[in-house]
Amino acid sequence: MLAPQVEIMLVAALAGAACALPGAFLLLRRMVLIGDAISHSVLLGIVAAFLIVRDLRSPMLLLGAASAGVLTAGLAEALLRSGRLKEDAAIGLVFPAMFSLGVVLIARGAGSIRLDLDAVLLGELAFAPFDRLTWGGWDLGPRGAWVMGTLLGLHIVFLLAFYKELQLAAFDPDLAQVFGFWPAWLHYAWMALTSLTVVAAFDVAGVVLVVAMLVAPPATAYLLTDGLGRMLLGSVGLGVAMAMGGYSFAHAFDVSIAGAMATAGGLLFALAWIGGPRHGLIARRRQATQQRWRLAMQLLAVHLLSHEGTPAEAEESALAHLPSHLRWKPDFAIAVIRRAEAAGWVIQEGERLRLTEAGRQAAREALMEGEWVFLLR
Amino acid sequence: MILELFRDPTFWTVALGSSLLGGVAGALGVFAVLRRESLIGDVMSHAALPGIVLAFLITGSRELPPLLLGAALSAGIGALLAVQIPRRSRIKPDAALGLVLSVFFGIGIVGLTVAQQRPTAAQAGLDRFLFGQAATMLRRDVAAIALAALLVLAFLLLLWKEWKLLAFDPVFARACGLPVGALEALLAALMVLTVAIGLPAVGVVLMSALLVAPAAAARQWTDRLERMVVLAGAFGALSGGLGTLMSAGAGQLPTGPLIVLMACGMALLSLLIAPRRGILRRRRTHARPAG
Repeated sequence: MLAPQVEIMLVAALAGAACALPGAFLLLRRMVLIGDAISHSVLLGIVAAFLIVRDLRSPMLLLGAASAGVLTAGLAEALLRSGRLKEDAAIGLVFPAMFSLGVVLIARGAGSIRLDLDAVLLGELAFAPFDRLTWGGWDLGPRGAWVMGTLLGLHIVFLLAFYKELQLAAFDPDLAQVFGFWPAWLHYAWMALTSLTVVAAFDVAGVVLVVAMLVAPPATAYLLTDGLGRMLLGSVGLGVAMAMGGYSFAHAFDVSIAGAMATAGGLLFALAWIGGPRHGLIARRRQATQQRWRLAMQLLAVHLLSHEGTPAEAEESALAHLPSHLRWKPDFAIAVIRRAEAAGWVIQEGERLRLTEAGRQAAREALMEGEWVFLLR
Repeated sequence: MILELFRDPTFWTVALGSSLLGGVAGALGVFAVLRRESLIGDVMSHAALPGIVLAFLITGSRELPPLLLGAALSAGIGALLAVQIPRRSRIKPDAALGLVLSVFFGIGIVGLTVAQQRPTAAQAGLDRFLFGQAATMLRRDVAAIALAALLVLAFLLLLWKEWKLLAFDPVFARACGLPVGALEALLAALMVLTVAIGLPAVGVVLMSALLVAPAAAARQWTDRLERMVVLAGAFGALSGGLGTLMSAGAGQLPTGPLIVLMACGMALLSLLIAPRRGILRRRRTHARPAG
């Protein structure tokens, strides 16, 4: 038997990885809120199944929960199709109804059900090492690790078997459906697997925080990578990082594990959103600034080119006159000319500016791109 | 037992508070539903949790006003983030909603466990904000709810035409020269206010349903905005009252889920039986032979 902390870490990491994969497809297919709804209604499924079988360890609970998940998705879709409600209202109606019914059932049966509301909201990861899987007298380790590991395995198998289908369904759902690449049975198989994962993760993280495990790693990976394969790998890595980082934090400061994992996920996302390479806020701003300078330099080059060899050339290319001709503030004009010189597009000759061959080429390219036209408004 | 309940002034205080709350949430929720922003209320209520806990950690008391101020502030920040993330990144709106609500809730839960480490007993009631406990509502809490309800109602009536345009055709509203951004911000502020006063009674997990369900029910009965707002308010008030009654009658049941169950039940019933739009009704008219 491993140390309890190591076992909890293992369960958390496996759960992080197993949630990240379906989460990535929920994100790409814009179905995150369905995931949120499923995670809430799973509660009703568990409670209802318990009231029937009266055994907390029965696999029927898992089945009940997964069917409640599929039922939620189906109900929301049916409401949407009936045309009476828009998607947001349909989701916003279905899951509170099922969730509050579950809460009321738990509260009525309090005492007879060990499920208490704290566990529903927060999960019971800290108790994972006490729930062990034994076989023929052998201790095989915490049950949670086996459940999450199995689900992770199922997701990987599903992914490898239907990679093309999943890819097409993620990026062009209409096309996938029209050409029969994403038939109904595949959709429901995928939804059932997703529901099952949410149910299993429910033990680890509780209702609301499952959503964080589903969405935070893929959203972060989506900001950091391009291409489905890399995004999936990134999601899994970030899911594991979020789970382990959150657990370490919770362990160090003695706070809620699930809460700390969600916080870690939020932190990772915030870092990627602000500082991500290409898609982050800072990178985007820098790109926008560079684009503005480039356009200004192109405008300068085009201006010089269009007057090259004409009688007005002396006047049009005079340093003193450029700002007023281009309607630029003098400071801005100087900055643009500096950058154009640094890029080797222009050289200064006395009081005049002359295009280099590279500058002429750049001006012609800019004219072909047509981008400069927008600046002449 | 029920008669005893009706003689109890505490019950009437609580019932009045819950009905007022349901009424104002229902009426305001109409605009969220029509603008297809039903779930922004969900983000606001979940995002309120860290604010409540932080306000408690700072003031060290369970007095409602500072807690609700904290709730409103962090709910506002959460809603702002949920709107800004899709505008300023490649993340889609649904993912931003899910992300913000779960992460804020997680931060709130971490804060709750920090508060529980405090030696004082004052934190004991903080987790009632999760599912709501209307039974603890005091006279002045009801007064605060009434005040907020009046404020929301005043704004609704004062800017009626503007809200109407905003609900049905924001593009046209902008073209008319209306300050759409400012109006949207005001609407969000009114929603934050409503969510904040509703949290002690209904709880962060289910508060959003009190905005959505009455409006979804009212939508089935009418096509006119005036009637829809009045009806949604009435449905909300009725759910608040009935839910409180059941909660008080049944003893240990939390109020929030019961109020929400009432509201969702009304929505379901309306979806099925409302004249013209009702699902059952429509099936019957289809079955009738043509001509």
